[in-house]
Amino acid sequence: MSALRESLGFLTSRLRQVGIFVALILIVILFQVLTDGILLEPQNVTNLVVQNSYILILAIGMVMVIIAGHIDLSVGSIAGFIGAVAGVMIVHWGWAWWLAIPACLLVGALVGAWQGYWIAYVGIPAFIVTLAGMLIFRGLTLITLKNQQITPFPNELRALGGGFLPDISGGTSVLEWLTVILGVGGTAAILFQALKERRVRRKFNLENEPMAWFAVKNGFIALLMLIITFLLASYRGTPIVLVVLAVLVILYSALMSNSIFGRHTYAIGGNLHAAELSGIKTKKVTFRLFVNMGVLAALAGLVFTARLNSAQPAGGTGFELDSIAAAFIGGAAVQGGIGTVAGAMIGGLIMGVLNNGMSILGLGTDYQQLIKGLVLLLAVGFDIFNKNRTGAGGGSSMGRRFKWKTTPPATEAAPAAKAEPVGVDAK
Amino acid sequence: MNVPILQMRGITKTFPGVKALQDVTLDVNRGEVHAICGENGAGKSTLMKVLSGVYAHNTFDGDILFENEACEFSSITDSEKRGIVIIHQELALSPYLSIAENIYLGNELARNGWVEWRKTNLEAAKLLARVGLSENPVTPIQHISVGKQQLVEIAKALSKEVKLLILDEPTAALNDEDSDHLLDLILHLKGQGVTSIIISHKLNEIRKVADAVTIIRDGKSIETLRLDQGQITQERIIRGMVGRDLESLYPDRTPNIGEEVLRIEDWTVQHPQDHSRMVVSNANLTVRKGEVVGLAGLMGAGRTELAMSVFGRTYGRAVSGKVYKYGQEINTSTVSDAIEHGIAYATEDRKHYGLNLIEDIKRNISMAALNKLAKRGWVDGNQETTVANHYRKSMNIKAPSVAAITGKLSGGNQQKVVLSKWMFSDPDVLILDEPTRGIDVGAKFEIYTIIAELAASGKAVIVISSELPELLGICDRIYTLSAGRITGEVPIAEATQETLMHYMTQEKE
Repeated sequence: MSALRESLGFLTSRLRQVGIFVALILIVILFQVLTDGILLEPQNVTNLVVQNSYILILAIGMVMVIIAGHIDLSVGSIAGFIGAVAGVMIVHWGWAWWLAIPACLLVGALVGAWQGYWIAYVGIPAFIVTLAGMLIFRGLTLITLKNQQITPFPNELRALGGGFLPDISGGTSVLEWLTVILGVGGTAAILFQALKERRVRRKFNLENEPMAWFAVKNGFIALLMLIITFLLASYRGTPIVLVVLAVLVILYSALMSNSIFGRHTYAIGGNLHAAELSGIKTKKVTFRLFVNMGVLAALAGLVFTARLNSAQPAGGTGFELDSIAAAFIGGAAVQGGIGTVAGAMIGGLIMGVLNNGMSILGLGTDYQQLIKGLVLLLAVGFDIFNKNRTGAGGGSSMGRRFKWKTTPPATEAAPAAKAEPVGVDAK
Repeated sequence: MNVPILQMRGITKTFPGVKALQDVTLDVNRGEVHAICGENGAGKSTLMKVLSGVYAHNTFDGDILFENEACEFSSITDSEKRGIVIIHQELALSPYLSIAENIYLGNELARNGWVEWRKTNLEAAKLLARVGLSENPVTPIQHISVGKQQLVEIAKALSKEVKLLILDEPTAALNDEDSDHLLDLILHLKGQGVTSIIISHKLNEIRKVADAVTIIRDGKSIETLRLDQGQITQERIIRGMVGRDLESLYPDRTPNIGEEVLRIEDWTVQHPQDHSRMVVSNANLTVRKGEVVGLAGLMGAGRTELAMSVFGRTYGRAVSGKVYKYGQEINTSTVSDAIEHGIAYATEDRKHYGLNLIEDIKRNISMAALNKLAKRGWVDGNQETTVANHYRKSMNIKAPSVAAITGKLSGGNQQKVVLSKWMFSDPDVLILDEPTRGIDVGAKFEIYTIIAELAASGKAVIVISSELPELLGICDRIYTLSAGRITGEVPIAEATQETLMHYMTQEKE
């Protein structure tokens, strides 16, 4: 009885996390029913993964930028630009793919450094710099492509967008065994990690999730992984881009929670002044975040170009909005300091399933946009409603939530110069 | 004479899981200044929010009688209509609007939706005269000092024909002079028939203005002391607030002072915007091992500015001068340089500059020295928790665990987290800027004890404080600042409030 009450209390305190989880399940079930089971057919699940991979890659970088209290509106244009650069390098100049890919990532890093410089060191708000970047890099895309698409790309590059890991059973088995091994192994690793973390938390006397919730959550994650594994294995196996994505998610999740760089990112978004006065080199961290965003945008551009087998003038249009939506649906806070890579992935999947399901149903892009917009509004609205209800979140008012942060010059950091006319603060 | 204006009976207010107020009684007589005392978190602000309608009448139990009529407020507008106006600790003024606009904000003098500027400014000027503020009503709020802004708030309250004025820690951000002016104004308004409720930590202030004091502890009203019955004494108030006698406000310590650790020479700092103004000029100071050195000065004397400019040039421009540690010149031009050289600065404004309020205790504690917990850029989370648990125990941070969010802690516990953060960075010199601001009496003693322990362990400590008794209670030596210059250096044996104040008000000769 008390265990039940404890679990309920825990669930309400984590309404947001639980809610997004439940939302994903409900959306999947809804479209599974509406599409007469097409949604979860092996081929469609494979499509779903491949189609959304570049948005998910962008969402990783985006959630990091958002955690630091910034935003990046330019990633779609950068992805398009890198696609164009890849087209020129590979198709026009005849560069090998193994040379062109790192070269493109380097160009992405330079683009990120350009924007990071204006944001971190000059102090222009990221909203403005990346809005400019959105125009600049779309323009450069058109210039590079001379307004014409570049095609075709060699098979090695196309594999990045539509290729699969080799079938080790030699095509004789119903299931693709390598996928099964990866999927089951990955599931086991996740469960093992979750148990280990729980043990550590108990050892250090930190509050743990109630056992019931822990079991349900991880049981569900494992089940989901196994279902996806089975579905992928019964079609053509593991898409190469899924492996890339999995590596990125693991790497960046670890980076954000366990590295100095990740911790500093959260610290900057949570309270910029306190971070500065704690000796964190806030400008350097901000700069690096945008360089990283540039590299990930370049990777997304490559995957997208590989998938289409052509570099197009309009390539990447609207990606920034999907990836920003993914981060916010995934629980990132507009004022910074809060968010996770895993959350952004779930947010991205929700958007992806909505896109895919509505396409199967034959809904036009008009209704698709309408519905996606409403989902974003509801997700963040729920967030704010929930925060106001519980009074959680350390005195962050609505006003603060929607203020874009900029890096102010250090001189402003002196309390002596401040008047304190801000509203009532919770004690 | 004793006609009640306000009677609150049996007020009980519950938040999920917490009883914030329990059967609280408050009787305020017409025309008196009524102080409310209590430790942080005792329920003073909650009580005032109940009174002013911030919490609607159906969210708490109990009755409110104002001028012998029952009140059922659903919002602050309702209470203001009856003449009850609350002025919050953190001022609610819009920095870019003029004084007059702020006074009539939400209550504009308008005809058919169009603001009547002439009337607005004229009426505002009259109100400013009443509060004794000689400023042009069209001056933007951001151009006047915090003390004057406080007066504008009161003028705003007067514009609403206030009968009962509630002031929540009105002098917390003011210097002594402005505080005195404000207290005089409260007495002056009392003469005009305005009843005031004042929430304050500062007991000498209460003794100066209060006709009655109601003490609140742990959500209950303990007792009401009345001046005409000779009950208002500092000892009595403290005993009521903490529920015990405080034998000594400061811990005993025997200083063990060693070699010089830090020396600042010829330190000069320009104002960041106004380049003709020197905020600190030619300051020299030293601090030794095991020594607690005080920095006394009035608001604007340059204490915080001196400390922050030394700590990574986080204030001011064109900073010049030299910093020596153990006789070697060191470079402290960035915060990380300063930290590396063993200097720590705990800010006076922990909410805005000290803590990441949405993050938990352990991550706040590790924030300034993450590299001590990391190998090749990766943080050891277990070691971090161990460290945080160590400080939670040794500093007596009251929280369910080190995974608790710092924004939800009380002021005293937040301050302990800030101190833990800097202690973990293992500095040789700690600069503590107003370490007990906004902290209740019991927690203050704990902070003093921590300071004494730091000094005993061989750290050099610099304490900046506006409360002279505090400096006299914990320091070995006190520097006074006035208008950016160090005007005196007084060993503790010779220091009294009077001598310090003499130096603190010394003008340039």
